[in-house]
Amino acid sequence: MSTLNFLLRTRGRQSLDWTDVLSYAYLVIGLFTMFAPVVWLVMSSFKTEAAISQFPPSFLPYAQKTVMVEGHAKPLPLFLVKREDGSQKEMAQVNRIGIMANMIDPAAPEQRLQVNIRQREPVNEMKFAWNNYTDLFGKFTFGTYLWNSVFITVVATLLTLLINSMAAFALSKYKFKGQKSVFLLIIATLMIPPTIILVPVFLVINEVGLLNSLWGVILPAVATPTGVFLLRQYMLTIPDELIEAARMDHASEWRIYWRIVLPLSAPALAVLAIFSVMWRWNDFLLPLIVLSKNEFFTLQLALNSFQGELNTQWHYLLAMTVITLLPVTLVFAFLQRYITTGIAGAGVK
Amino acid sequence: MPFTRPFTGAENFAILFQCDNYLDLSTCRKDIFWRAVFNTLKFSLIQVGLMVLLSLATALVLNRKIIGRGFWRGVFFYPVLLSPVVVALIWKWLLQSQGAFNAGLVAWGSAPIEWLTDSGWAFFWTVFVSIWAHMGFYTLILLAGLQAIPKDLYEAAEMDRASPWRTLTRITLPLLMPNLIVVLVLAAIRAVQVFDEVFVLTGGGPGSATTFIVQFIYQTGFAEQIHLYGLAAAASLALAFFLIILTLAQLRLTRASEAGQKVR
Repeated sequence: MSTLNFLLRTRGRQSLDWTDVLSYAYLVIGLFTMFAPVVWLVMSSFKTEAAISQFPPSFLPYAQKTVMVEGHAKPLPLFLVKREDGSQKEMAQVNRIGIMANMIDPAAPEQRLQVNIRQREPVNEMKFAWNNYTDLFGKFTFGTYLWNSVFITVVATLLTLLINSMAAFALSKYKFKGQKSVFLLIIATLMIPPTIILVPVFLVINEVGLLNSLWGVILPAVATPTGVFLLRQYMLTIPDELIEAARMDHASEWRIYWRIVLPLSAPALAVLAIFSVMWRWNDFLLPLIVLSKNEFFTLQLALNSFQGELNTQWHYLLAMTVITLLPVTLVFAFLQRYITTGIAGAGVK
Repeated sequence: MPFTRPFTGAENFAILFQCDNYLDLSTCRKDIFWRAVFNTLKFSLIQVGLMVLLSLATALVLNRKIIGRGFWRGVFFYPVLLSPVVVALIWKWLLQSQGAFNAGLVAWGSAPIEWLTDSGWAFFWTVFVSIWAHMGFYTLILLAGLQAIPKDLYEAAEMDRASPWRTLTRITLPLLMPNLIVVLVLAAIRAVQVFDEVFVLTGGGPGSATTFIVQFIYQTGFAEQIHLYGLAAAASLALAFFLIILTLAQLRLTRASEAGQKVR
């Protein structure tokens, strides 16, 4: 009884209330609802093509066991055969004609036996079909899609950090006429959602000749009001004395920006970098209208076009989906604290 | 080139808004637009209502004295980071006719359901999946608001033997109001613009049961053989009109709630 009390004791040194039990029940249901679909996806992505079309599906990836038999070039599928005397035996199938299968005993491959297919069951073993993943790189232009996504994410994030920090530097460390209105003008663009200006953005991209070019996806969203806001607020906290001291030592304005302000804004830059990576990696609507040629597809576009095909090859599609969610999951696992505090602080996503 | 496109006045708006009988949407010239508007309104009302309730409940639970709060907060936040395409594919895989949900139904002894090709169910799943994907974000905003409420208020309430329900309705909710308004309006602004998850999950179908305004803009402007930029832009302005109303409502509500705070 005392151990039970000890286990159920909460921080307030009282034992668990029924509301606590309810809370934990809610959390556990939440855990299941949020993660079970993802876990199911990951497990399914390791199934072979045959196992994936099986109904009802199993949670773990099973595949039929195969065995190498002398005199046969390819591995033969194993079955559990019920014999007339009631005993069971594992046998390999050589070929099948109608409802009868020619089967052999792997230990004694000379003897062939005709077995009705209703008298046998496949022998399954747990097997992770890694070739769903490795095939992606050989069979499809998956490498191109991955490269396009990585290129857009990395280049756009670097440009975003550079341009936004320069704007934030000017808005926080220089005094000039109309400073406030410029800042307000930039912040005001937060109110214009990208879906509204889809047509004009597309027409501009088209006119500049960036249609079906990765730069057509990178450039339109490089200057973000969120980033300018985030960085400006942080740079305001950097003491002006530092900059004045640098000016006394005849440091150029570029040097002040590059050697003093940027290193000191590292925490805010990190938050913006995380945001930018997630925005760019997950972006869908802008690439969808700008990139229509297959060789420029990002992972998101490739996934979309794959799932729209008549015969969806789910085993490849699922593997591709897992690869696409992997970087974001890693970012989440290691940087969760920064992301959640960043969002709670700025109220933006 | 801008010069090669002649000025057409309000023609595009006329195409969008012209109906023979305004009580029967199928008589409209662009009945698909009207259906998209109707679907978007229905979706937004249901989704935003459920979103606010669920994220409030989750934030209240996370604000209690629980072990491993950071972990649990992360659990609800994780889907927010996933791309809309990935979210849609995760659920499409579960909901397809041979998927896990139907396996569950068959094991239960009932007949499988075509979740995504039945219009009622398809609409339900668009609402569910979009809540699943975005709830963590709003939970986070509400949790930050809850943690900013001074603890001594609750101690005083405990001294006065106020019931938990009374504490919730008289202390927590009034003080959380600014955050609740932010969540309400942000959720509404994003619900009106719903596109990517639904586009991949159902493709707007079956029929036009889950076609929303942004998908209409995308299809008229970019997906169909002839790109009708003018018509798409006109539909964008109609969407902008909704968003302006929502933003003005936010300003109004925020001001009203601030005034209420001062009186108290």
